[in-house]
Amino acid sequence: MTELVAANIGVSRGGRAILSDVSLRAGGGEFIAVIGPNGAGKSTLLSALAGLLPPSSGAIRLDGRRITSFGTSELARRRAYLPQDPRCEWPISVERLVGLGLTPVLPAFGGFSRAQQTRITQVLSDCDLLAQRYQSATTLSGGEFARAMLARALVGDPQILIVDEPMEGLDPRHRIEAASRLRTLSSEGKLVIASVHDLTLAMRYATRIVALYHGRVAADGPALETMNPDLLRRIFEVDAEIAGTEVRAYVDYLAPLPSRHAPDERISP
Amino acid sequence: MTAQGLEDGYATAAHRRIDRVRALNGAMVLILIVLFAASLLAGRIWLTPGEVLDGLFSSRAQLPSLIVAELRLPRAVLAVLVGATLGISGAVLQGLTRNPLAEPGLLGITSGASFGAVLAIYFGLSQLSLTVIPAFGLVGSFAAMLLTFALGRGGGTLALVLAGAAVNSFGVALIALALNLAPGVDAAYEIMTWLMGSLANRSWDQVLLAAPFIAAGCVLLAFTGRALDALSLGEAQAASLGVNLQRLRVTALLGTALAVGGATSVTGAVGFIGLVAPHLVRPFAGYQPSRILLPSATAGAVLLLAADIATRLISIGPEIKLGVFTALLGTPFFFWLVVRLRRTAP
Repeated sequence: MTELVAANIGVSRGGRAILSDVSLRAGGGEFIAVIGPNGAGKSTLLSALAGLLPPSSGAIRLDGRRITSFGTSELARRRAYLPQDPRCEWPISVERLVGLGLTPVLPAFGGFSRAQQTRITQVLSDCDLLAQRYQSATTLSGGEFARAMLARALVGDPQILIVDEPMEGLDPRHRIEAASRLRTLSSEGKLVIASVHDLTLAMRYATRIVALYHGRVAADGPALETMNPDLLRRIFEVDAEIAGTEVRAYVDYLAPLPSRHAPDERISP
Repeated sequence: MTAQGLEDGYATAAHRRIDRVRALNGAMVLILIVLFAASLLAGRIWLTPGEVLDGLFSSRAQLPSLIVAELRLPRAVLAVLVGATLGISGAVLQGLTRNPLAEPGLLGITSGASFGAVLAIYFGLSQLSLTVIPAFGLVGSFAAMLLTFALGRGGGTLALVLAGAAVNSFGVALIALALNLAPGVDAAYEIMTWLMGSLANRSWDQVLLAAPFIAAGCVLLAFTGRALDALSLGEAQAASLGVNLQRLRVTALLGTALAVGGATSVTGAVGFIGLVAPHLVRPFAGYQPSRILLPSATAGAVLLLAADIATRLISIGPEIKLGVFTALLGTPFFFWLVVRLRRTAP
């Protein structure tokens, strides 16, 4: 079983601490939603967990081994990472785009093996992209492109999937689809870690929530129990109610809290 | 449908696609052979195929044989080497920067090589041996490479490109200084003529001096394909796929320095081939960076051979220099590219 552990990690840039003393133990089967206000350090935490950003203090271990000791290709075979707002710079076909996910296992020259072609077809089919197979990736709609990127990440069958804001820029239907896909992947045994701004979807679909505030872990626990008005007030500075239960739970934002710098500016409804 | 069922449909489609790239490569090689032959026949003195074959395979020292063996053959070989170099390095640099306007001069190598060659002319060393200019050019291109590397080290692709631009400006300034201080009109004229770029009167010595550098550089550039493909997804995803970006940048820089440095040292700066060739073949290869490397090289060779033949056939007073001709033809292409980008840009 995959186990990813961050022990007291800190990341600084230009003398400013972006993450401090973050500890996290995550395993296969979990779908962790990382939430937090802008600038809380979510993207930095995901990059560090993906092994792309060596922490300045503390250590990250994958199955007991320091993540910095993995070769880049070896690591690429075990975890997939999708950054915020991914792009495709050339109008290559969707099939080729997805095939790029096999980069770590391809030789310097030559095409895909028959098994790899079958795998690409399988992933395209899983992500409902067969109709777009030969379409240029730059002409896809937002929802299709998000699926293509997910297919790209999944084609190498990674144990860990780390995705930065997979639902941003998608309409409600595609957001729900994206969240539910991630949940399905985690229930198949993968470890899924995603930063999420849509708190309702985070609460409904994630198995666990890690809340970041000013580079520190403000809360960490099962999704439905962890999300509460007090936490939202503390880290997002909003008054909010959590209504409904289980899969019908939702977050209802009421009003921003009075600004800490200018306490009189609160506008009441 | 099962994955295997889909696979059978896929296999034929994939086959068609691979065939398309093969057909492109085949067509390019065919055109290249035809132009290569034409390059041996054409010129101020037209030769018959019989005379060319005679020149290639017999050792009789007659004028047609000499023209073929000592003038036209090295010239055609050089055109292929230099054109291929410009094409592949343009394709690699466009893939690395993901900028359609990138070209082989981007990293300062071309102006470094030019300045080296200009120095040799400036000090009158070109009289000593035909290989002095290219040797100085090679030294200049390595100096430019080291400077670009030192300036842009560890700062990402943008830093490398900016460093290349700085080195390029420096090289251009030094060339201007050499022209400014040139000891006489003759030296200034010789420098100007050399800078225009030409394949005329190049000997086997010069070709053999540059060829190993060109070959080594092209091999290095050819190995960047897989990483350039991954880079289509941006630097963060490429890195997450195990691509060592720093090594990719160094390989592209070193490969360009060796190949373009070697080429420029012998012919002078020949513009636009490296910019145009990748654009010509890209749509046929599905826009995938690794798949355009070989076609770009052959397209570059085809373009340069064609341009060189044209300069020999256009007879309006003195011979039109190759670099001038490619610039004249390349600029309208540049206009077209800008117009198209303006239309497709979001």
